[in-house]
Amino acid sequence: MDAITFAVQLLNGVQYGLVLFLVASGLTLVFGILGVINLAHGAFYMLGAYLAWFIASITGSFALALVGALAISFLLGIALEEVFVKRMIGRDHLAQVLLSFGLILVIDEVRQILFGKDVHSVAAPEWLQGSFKLTEVLSYPIYRVALCVACLILAGVIFYVIQKTRLGMIIRAGAENRDMTRALGIPFDVVNRYVFAGGIALAALGGILVAPVSTVFPGMGDGMLILSFVVVVLGGIGSVAGAAIGALLIGLTDTFGKVFFPQVSSILIYVLMAGVLLWRPNGLLGKS
Amino acid sequence: MSEILLKATALEKRYGGLKAVSGVSIDVHRDEVHAVIGPNGAGKSTLINLLSGDAAVTSGAILLRDRDITSMAPQRRAMAGVGRSYQKTTIFADATVFENVRLAAQAHGGQPLRMFGGVAKDGNVNARAQAAIDEVGLTHRSQTIAKSMSHGEQRQLEIAMVLATEPKLILLDEPLAGMGHAEAARMIEIIHRLKDGRAVLLVEHDMDAVFALADRLTVMADGKVIASGDPEHVRNHPDVRQAYLGHEDGVAA
Amino acid sequence: MNALFQKSSKPILALLIVAMVLPIIAPTYYVQFASKAMLMAIVAVSLNLAVGYGGLVSLCHAAFFGLGGYMLGFTSSDSAGASIWLSLPVALFVVAAVAALIGALSLRTRGIYFIMVTLAFGEMLFYFFHDTKIGGGSDGMYIYFKPEIALGDLTLIDLEDARAFYYVALACLVGASLLIRMLVKSPFGHALAAAKGNERRALSLGFPVFWIRLAAFVISATLAGLAGYFSAAQFGFIAPQMLGWHLSATVLVMVVLGGMSSVLGPIFGAIALLGLEEVLKASFEHWKLINGLLIIALVFALPGGLQQMASLLIPKGAAPEPDLQSMPPKEAVPHV
Repeated sequence: MDAITFAVQLLNGVQYGLVLFLVASGLTLVFGILGVINLAHGAFYMLGAYLAWFIASITGSFALALVGALAISFLLGIALEEVFVKRMIGRDHLAQVLLSFGLILVIDEVRQILFGKDVHSVAAPEWLQGSFKLTEVLSYPIYRVALCVACLILAGVIFYVIQKTRLGMIIRAGAENRDMTRALGIPFDVVNRYVFAGGIALAALGGILVAPVSTVFPGMGDGMLILSFVVVVLGGIGSVAGAAIGALLIGLTDTFGKVFFPQVSSILIYVLMAGVLLWRPNGLLGKS
Repeated sequence: MSEILLKATALEKRYGGLKAVSGVSIDVHRDEVHAVIGPNGAGKSTLINLLSGDAAVTSGAILLRDRDITSMAPQRRAMAGVGRSYQKTTIFADATVFENVRLAAQAHGGQPLRMFGGVAKDGNVNARAQAAIDEVGLTHRSQTIAKSMSHGEQRQLEIAMVLATEPKLILLDEPLAGMGHAEAARMIEIIHRLKDGRAVLLVEHDMDAVFALADRLTVMADGKVIASGDPEHVRNHPDVRQAYLGHEDGVAA
Repeated sequence: MNALFQKSSKPILALLIVAMVLPIIAPTYYVQFASKAMLMAIVAVSLNLAVGYGGLVSLCHAAFFGLGGYMLGFTSSDSAGASIWLSLPVALFVVAAVAALIGALSLRTRGIYFIMVTLAFGEMLFYFFHDTKIGGGSDGMYIYFKPEIALGDLTLIDLEDARAFYYVALACLVGASLLIRMLVKSPFGHALAAAKGNERRALSLGFPVFWIRLAAFVISATLAGLAGYFSAAQFGFIAPQMLGWHLSATVLVMVVLGGMSSVLGPIFGAIALLGLEEVLKASFEHWKLINGLLIIALVFALPGGLQQMASLLIPKGAAPEPDLQSMPPKEAVPHV
């Protein structure tokens, strides 16, 4: 493998990892703050992509699709928190698993009713179409580069919010010790609602952003859910920094696995997970 | 002096940079209650956790009789003869008193994990469970669900469970915490009987209880042993007075 | 082994008689449906050993179910059915071995991690069969002949016959239920429940909690594999979808629906859910929507939450049952 091919694969792996980070950070935050396991997280990734496709196909504008799909997902998150998730806080994990499984079935079927089950593609905005020419035979799509940049900016925003803002302080305290923060008189109803809606929005955003580089199809959420879980297990529950490390590890493992060990590439990330479980059962940055 | 059942040497426990326990050596003999006292944060609970295996030592050695148990997991130490109570009552809250103690006896019975035949079949286990329940005075509560009992009764239950494992060494982490006067008196009586044929290590804040029960005393502060010996000796030790006067609760009140 | 018939023996006996008579009076379609439901009930009953009694919320039991099916596929040929005497033990052994490996890794974690890790490992098996050619890839593989139950040239039971198959499925269900019942009532089962009730206490009493849980996990997975073996035989087909975690979650719904605090509850959960699906499928185009809403309703309909059921530490009938509804009796109010 020459240097340029390697660089392209590296870029692919990083880009994949960055999208994974977006989605998984939403999942890990929702668990860290609300203490709720959400199996429907992947369904929102899928829903975001379908919403983006739908809006783009009507308006022809990717920007509108992005804003519209994101806003709808966020509002949906707020509504779901209000109606269901609020009542799940403090319930046992089994109840949370079943509730979110029920939600998956509902979301899948609603998507089926509204958008059908066809596979779609979404066009990237015009100014991001085309490719950088690397060599005679190799080129790299501009949109993928833009996707990396967008994800990096978002990751920066997420870390800024968590490290520097009052909300972030509450989030960090909550992930450390949920009982303690409850006792401090923090408006948890509000924090919970926005963290959940924000988590959902991050999942949807992942789906929206990858729509132009991959296909939009019904089963896309399931795959993403499992990957997010693996990321969270690798990084440690509630740790956003852990999610970042886990996501990049998975992105690179998967991408280079496909290059070097194509037969077993789909198993590799689980081998990685098994290794981390043997070494640090609570994740790389998890508390022991 | 009677046989040394527990001998811990130069125990150290670090959490990151913090030394919770440092250079602690302690031994406990058969037929004695060895109390460990000290201000909050002195490392007493950590010491118990090191001895029971709930926490792993950073360095040091723990011998139960002549057996090195330093790196054994808690369940293996339990099988080797270490029984313990926790600061926060740790029982099977949803089960009856009898089932709680029966499980303890089962763990140390002939076939603790037999997969066939009901639990009623093992007469020996049931008899030992009943004996332990009788010994702590919970006979009339045998069929009561554990969590519906009073705090004091739950602590008695925990002691009964420890007893049913037929331990050589019993570790008690603040057994009197949160108890009323009458309950405490009953518990002191129970603990007094525990040392018969066994070694008891007691961590306790209630000084009346400590001086009523302890055959020997070890005082800890900031993770270290500052004094050790018989109660009279320790009571008059200058470092002990210093350590306690620096804090709120005085020794020998 | 008459433990099953001690307590509420009459209704169970009546049900068993109905189950015995059903194939004689019912049309073949219903006999086949009942066979399918009973096989699924085996998965539910065995999953309950892990979830209800062990507190281990596993989301990879469908993978063990599917693996059992694939093992039948691998041991069958295109020209004749596999001999069950060889094929079934091999299938069960492989499922048990894989479950031991996955269980040993997953049981290093607790609670929410355990859920995520079992889900991930289950999907690993899914992708293993989906992405490699071993089992025909995403198309799956056909099993043209059902396994043969024969001695020499003498066929003992002809599984091609729907009614004979039904009785074999029924026998498996009864056998699995009796096995789980025996385990739950045994010292092992009590230790398993104890580890769920208070892991720290169980350890400090000397119970090897990890090994107890691993044993329960493997037994439960192997029974799921048994059900998968016969399901694959019934459909004549096995595909990666049968390993997917949606099936694991569906079985979990069956377990909760039927009740986790009894051995037989999940059987009724399985039959009820499959029956409901059958009715919904026939009546509504978007039956999954209703199904999903019903699952959500199930979660909220249980007053006091599933914890209330989950906290029943003592297996039924072993000791006076902790009745949480009427819990604080007059004399037992904690005096602070």
